Amino acid sequence: MSPSQESSQTPSQTIGPFFAYGLTARQYAYPGAQVTDAIVADETVPGPRIRIEGRVLDGAGIAVPDALVEIWQAGPDGRYAADARGNSGFSGFGRQGTGTDPECRFSFVTVKPGSVGAEHAPHVNVIVFMRGLLSHLYTRLYFDDEASANARDLVLALVPADRRHTLLARREPVAGETVYRFDIRLQGPEETVFFDV
Amino acid sequence: MSARSAADRDWDSHPPLLWPDYKSTALRAPQQPLVKIARGLSELTGPAYGGPPLTELDRDLTRNGRRNGEPLGERIIVTGRVLDETGAPVPNTLVEIWQANAAGRYVHVADQHDAPLDPNFVGAGRCLTDADGVYRFLTVKPGAYSWRNHPNAWRPNHIHFSLLGPAIASRLVTQMYFPGDPLLAFDPIFLGVPVAARERLIARFSLEATQPEYALGFLFDIVLRGAQGTLMETLFES
Repeated sequence: MSPSQESSQTPSQTIGPFFAYGLTARQYAYPGAQVTDAIVADETVPGPRIRIEGRVLDGAGIAVPDALVEIWQAGPDGRYAADARGNSGFSGFGRQGTGTDPECRFSFVTVKPGSVGAEHAPHVNVIVFMRGLLSHLYTRLYFDDEASANARDLVLALVPADRRHTLLARREPVAGETVYRFDIRLQGPEETVFFDV
Repeated sequence: MSARSAADRDWDSHPPLLWPDYKSTALRAPQQPLVKIARGLSELTGPAYGGPPLTELDRDLTRNGRRNGEPLGERIIVTGRVLDETGAPVPNTLVEIWQANAAGRYVHVADQHDAPLDPNFVGAGRCLTDADGVYRFLTVKPGAYSWRNHPNAWRPNHIHFSLLGPAIASRLVTQMYFPGDPLLAFDPIFLGVPVAARERLIARFSLEATQPEYALGFLFDIVLRGAQGTLMETLFES
C-alpha cells in the first residue's frame, strides 16, 4: 500500500440486514452487551423529559424493519457529553434498531436539548444506517414548537424553504409524557433532508 | 470534551447512495441531493465509549460464544490500526465487529441461508483501540453465503466493522474482505466502491501477525475522516 492510499478514507459499506446481534444485542435479546440504547438520559437528569418516536419509510412508503438509527444531542444546557455513558446519567448518544417494534418504530427517551449557540436552534443529530444504504445518512431533528429559534438557525437556513418542514419533529398530544414524532422519509415528495457534513 | 476537525466526506472513496446493481438501493437511496453544511460543534463532537471496561473475551470471538466446545472453522487473527487522514493514530475508539460463522450463517433470526449454525459461535466482538490506534480480534474465518440480490448471488467472505471515531462526522460502518477471494469480482456491494478505493477494503495476509500453531493473521488498517487534535477553541474563533 502506498502512503497516499494509507491516508485516504476507508470506504463505507452497508450495515447489512444482520447487525442486530453485533450492535444492538440487548435490544434484540441476543447475548452480549451494547454500547448505548434507547435511554439517552436517565431519570436523574434535570430538564424537560421527552420521548422521540418515529419510523424510517422507504420509497414505497413501507416502514423499514432493519434500519439502525443513532442520535447525538446536547443536554438541556446546550453542552455535549464527554462519554457515551458518563456518571451524569446523560450520554447524549442513543442507538436503536427498528426491528423490535411491531410498527418498526424507533423510540428514544431523553431530555430536550438546549441551544448550542445563539444561531443554533435546539436539535438532535441523527444518523441512519440500513441494508440498501452503502453510505450512512446524516440528518437533524428540530422541534416544531421552537419556531423563533428555528428561524435563526444557520443550518436550517441552508435548506430550501419548502423542505425545512421535513426536519421538524411534531409534538403529539400523549397523556403523561411529551412525545415528538419524527418520521424519516428516504424518497418521495416529502423526502427528508439529508446532509453532507 | 474536545472537538475535532474533519475533512469532507470523500465521495471518490465512498460508494454512491444509488447503485442499481445492489437492488435494495432502489427504494432506499435518497433522490434529492445532500445539503452541504459547514461542520460545527454538532458534527465535530461525538460519543466516546464510557461503559464497563472491555475484556479479552469481548474481542475473542473464538471464546465469547462457547457453550459446550470450540467453534468450528479456521481460526484467524484480525488486527490493524485506526488512523486519521494525516496518518496519525486514532486511540481509544470503539471498534465493533460482527460476522457469519465458518459455514456462512449468521445467528440473526432473519438469516434463512441453509447452512448450519454453530452452537459455540455468536460472531460479535468489540474492543477499544490502544494509544497507537491498534485493535485486535481473534475469530474464525467467515464463510461465503448466498443471497437473493440476483440469480446465483454470493457474498464474499467478510467481517462487518463499525467505528465510532472521534466525532460523528468520522463515524464509519464498513466491511473487511479477504485477499484473493474470487467472489469479489461479482459482489455489487464491494463493486459499489470506486475502483481506486476498493483495495482499501481487502485485508492483507501477514506472516508476522500469524501465530504459530494457532491462527493465521490478517492486517486491516482503517482510515477515518479528518485529523485528530484540533481543539474546540478553533470552532469558537471561526
